[in-house]
Amino acid sequence: MAANTKALTLDIGLTRDKDESLKSIRSRLLKEQREIQMRKFLKNKMAVAGFIIIAVMLTLSIFAPVIAKCDPLALDMKSRLKGPSAAHWFGTDSMGRDLFARVLYGARISMFVGFSVGLTSGIAGMVIGLYACTNRYLDNILMRVCDGLKAIPSTLLAITLMTVLGADTKNVIIALIIVSTPGMARLARGSALVAREQTYVEAMRCLGASKTRILWSHIAPNILSPVIVQMTFVFASSIITEAALSFLGAGVPAPAPSWGNILNEGKNVIYNAWWMIVFPGAFTALSVLGLNLLGDGIRDVLDPLSK
Amino acid sequence: MRNFIVKRVLSIIPVLIIVSVVIFSVVHLTPGDPAASILGDEATAEDIAALRERMGLDKPVVEQYFVWMGNILHGDFGMSVAGNETVANLLKSHWEPTISLALFSTVIALGIAIPLGILAARNKGTAIDSGISALSLMGISFPSFLLGLFLMMVFAVKLKLLPVSGYKTLSDGFVPHIRSLVLPGIALGFMHSALLMRMTKASMLEVLNSDYVKMAKAKGVKEFLLVAKHAFRNALIPVITTVGQSIVGALAGAAVVESMFAIPGMGQLMVNSIGRRDYYVIQAIVLIIACINVLVNLLVDLLYGIADPRVRLS
Repeated sequence: MAANTKALTLDIGLTRDKDESLKSIRSRLLKEQREIQMRKFLKNKMAVAGFIIIAVMLTLSIFAPVIAKCDPLALDMKSRLKGPSAAHWFGTDSMGRDLFARVLYGARISMFVGFSVGLTSGIAGMVIGLYACTNRYLDNILMRVCDGLKAIPSTLLAITLMTVLGADTKNVIIALIIVSTPGMARLARGSALVAREQTYVEAMRCLGASKTRILWSHIAPNILSPVIVQMTFVFASSIITEAALSFLGAGVPAPAPSWGNILNEGKNVIYNAWWMIVFPGAFTALSVLGLNLLGDGIRDVLDPLSK
Repeated sequence: MRNFIVKRVLSIIPVLIIVSVVIFSVVHLTPGDPAASILGDEATAEDIAALRERMGLDKPVVEQYFVWMGNILHGDFGMSVAGNETVANLLKSHWEPTISLALFSTVIALGIAIPLGILAARNKGTAIDSGISALSLMGISFPSFLLGLFLMMVFAVKLKLLPVSGYKTLSDGFVPHIRSLVLPGIALGFMHSALLMRMTKASMLEVLNSDYVKMAKAKGVKEFLLVAKHAFRNALIPVITTVGQSIVGALAGAAVVESMFAIPGMGQLMVNSIGRRDYYVIQAIVLIIACINVLVNLLVDLLYGIADPRVRLS
């Protein structure tokens, strides 16, 4: 019922004012569409929960220096491997460093790596996917390379790249972008091939719009939804892979407080310091859970047909 | 049918070539000299030059690729940099635990996923269904190394039910062998069981709503027989695809889980080679697992074509 009345107001809205310019009609309709999508998203409890988790994680990582009073690298040999207490909320590690500070600064690394990999591979995948569908030869070459890259399991490709590049945060991001872009390009190409056949593209072609204009102002906005959804999932899988690489000693180098590093140290003291595993582990799992819920929610709103 | 098989088998050739080129170029075309980084900072220029010659790095890149590929086709993966051991021999002594673990974790994934998937489909919209959905959501949020750590902490360290780490071969006895695989197997299998569970549930729901199942129900077929005999067999077909993925996922995930549980398989070998910058070992393992991936996908597609005639024609 609510949807019906909404559609009705949209209809009336179109003819309400004859003097209204096309541009303002368009912007008003877009605004109303955004409102509908927002309402749909807010109704999905799981998606809202995911959004809150990620918002909290981002806040914690941005304000880590304010929230955590201690320096995550400050050694204190007198209080080694102490359990959670008022002074150290999450306890201390085997070198007496404050675990709460380390986990918060670890959120910084994970969020930064995940976000930059998601964004960059999304943009790169879109550019590759869009240009692949303009030219058959280019398409063949690009897609065969993507298939080859996708045939190598992502963790293994990331480990290989990290061995060659050397353990470093910047290299983790580069390796993960190389690992995630092929899937993104395939997705963008698939959606672009569908969008290209739509009537509005044909209409633009008849009106004499240039290829570049059609590609970037008409096809690109229409393949944005699946790409954005996929970016959320790449964000999540990058957090997992970064943690796994650091856990193996091939990711963010040692003294830096990444979740994988903390868990690796935690494994060595598994007999006497549960907090070294439970806290960084819970943060990792929560972030991944939050991103998965958020991704599912965004997909239901932006891309209702994909399910 | 023959056309379908021939076409599908031939289609893997370009993929395999690209895979080999990608793996080759990752090691050979990246900035920095592999020989210099293997030998470390103290190496003299002569040492580096000697190693470059031994590794064939002084030849043109295209020639290096064909030499490398030719050797691999003859089963020669080069020498390991660390010990005086050929990579082929290292692989021979490390493949067994990895395969055992991958198969065992797939069995665990299926053992969890299929009963729960069917249960969720039968009880759609009830508390049982939401409980199972929550479980599968947890499954995809816990990466295998994290789940492995938690399992190790609870079942091995605190409750002392299972060994913390180490590996027993089948010749040490069946029970110790399985006991050493339970925790790493669950760690690897749980995430895939989440995916398999969703797949089983979705395809079971589709089949349960189909006309022939309704017909069988109307004829008065008993509940159990209806699910087990009429619905299950057809619902299983889409699940085959995901099983292939979970075997490959277990092989790839073994890198992290094996080194955590001290299982002397290919994954641990690979992780130990990272620090030594033992490129040939890493290259060989990644190449083998990527080829297994391509072959498993081929096999899955062929099986799918046999099980579901519609696939053959499209």
